Amino acid sequence: MYDLIIIGAGPAGITAAVYAARKRMELLVISRDIGGQAAWSGDVENYTGYQFITGPELAMKFEEHLRKYNISLKENETVTEVKRFGNHILVETDKSAYQAKAVIIASGKKTRELKVPGEKEFKNRGLTYCATCDGPLFSAKDVAVIGGGNSALDAALQLIKIARHVYLINITAQLDGDQVMRESLKKSDKVTIFNQAQVTSVLGDKFVSAIKINRQGKEENVSVQGVFVEIGLIPNSEFALEVEKNSLGEIKVNCHNETSIPGVFAAGDVTDVPEKQIIIAAGEGAKATLSAFRYLVQHKF
Amino acid sequence: MDKNVVVYSTPTCPWCHRVKQFFQEHNIFFQDFDVSQNQQKAEEMVQKSGQMGVPVVDIDGEIIIGFDKDRIEEALDL
Repeated sequence: MYDLIIIGAGPAGITAAVYAARKRMELLVISRDIGGQAAWSGDVENYTGYQFITGPELAMKFEEHLRKYNISLKENETVTEVKRFGNHILVETDKSAYQAKAVIIASGKKTRELKVPGEKEFKNRGLTYCATCDGPLFSAKDVAVIGGGNSALDAALQLIKIARHVYLINITAQLDGDQVMRESLKKSDKVTIFNQAQVTSVLGDKFVSAIKINRQGKEENVSVQGVFVEIGLIPNSEFALEVEKNSLGEIKVNCHNETSIPGVFAAGDVTDVPEKQIIIAAGEGAKATLSAFRYLVQHKF
Repeated sequence: MDKNVVVYSTPTCPWCHRVKQFFQEHNIFFQDFDVSQNQQKAEEMVQKSGQMGVPVVDIDGEIIIGFDKDRIEEALDL
């Protein structure tokens, strides 16, 4: 039986783990990856102490800090259920099951999927969720970016430098996102913006060859070899069945990071805390461990 | 006998960094092709793996897509 199990190893989970290690708690960290979304971020210029650092570099710094302590870490492991069992918490994963006196859920967010025919079949066969990673493979090809927010605009701007032509498929009447980015896109003759347009399927043989879109009520095919899905994020909270969530699926927490289940705490982007930022997630992780520590003391475990 | 290890990567993907870091930690020599710069190797990667996601690792002809630590360890008898 652990004192504390932390689910997730992004900024929130790693900070929570460092605090727990320094409190000498019996600790287990379970995570699919290390660094979370921070590892996928571009340039970070608002994490105090670093005037400039890239996302992957900052994630590496976090990992070094984590590994300084002798923390048991289960990587590549996915939590499938968290529930209260007597006076402790049961954590089930795709590989095993564990018990702890307290749990911190810091599992972050993942990319939202289109949920249209062809999406699964053509994933990594022309369809991708990471323009930064896979963009360079589409040199001199025609591509579509799906979305109209900052991440979509950012992807489109990256792809202008690589691809032959970029179609921006936006579901609303106008692009959202920062004005500076919107303006640079509108200036480029390599970009075509389709507003009020929705992707209805992804087509191809072995690889993507086109997308079918519904634009202002009319169906049409757009011939592309690449599809970049940038329609936002959803919380990794589906395994926390009994925990109260908001309409977005974010876990509800109070200012002590307590959830609706005693002994279950949550921190970072998976929660309903306003503003999703690396530094906020890290601070929330610290708070969650201090709350969990107090919970253990108060309940004389 | 050392196995022949080839990594197809882009400079911008975090999993590519992690897979290369993993080989370095285990003192495994590997050849690294940056498929964002090398179109010929990009095509080779797509042909070998049947897909376009990076990283792709080729260990003596065994193709591993992504940073699949378990399969890499198995392929290298670690």
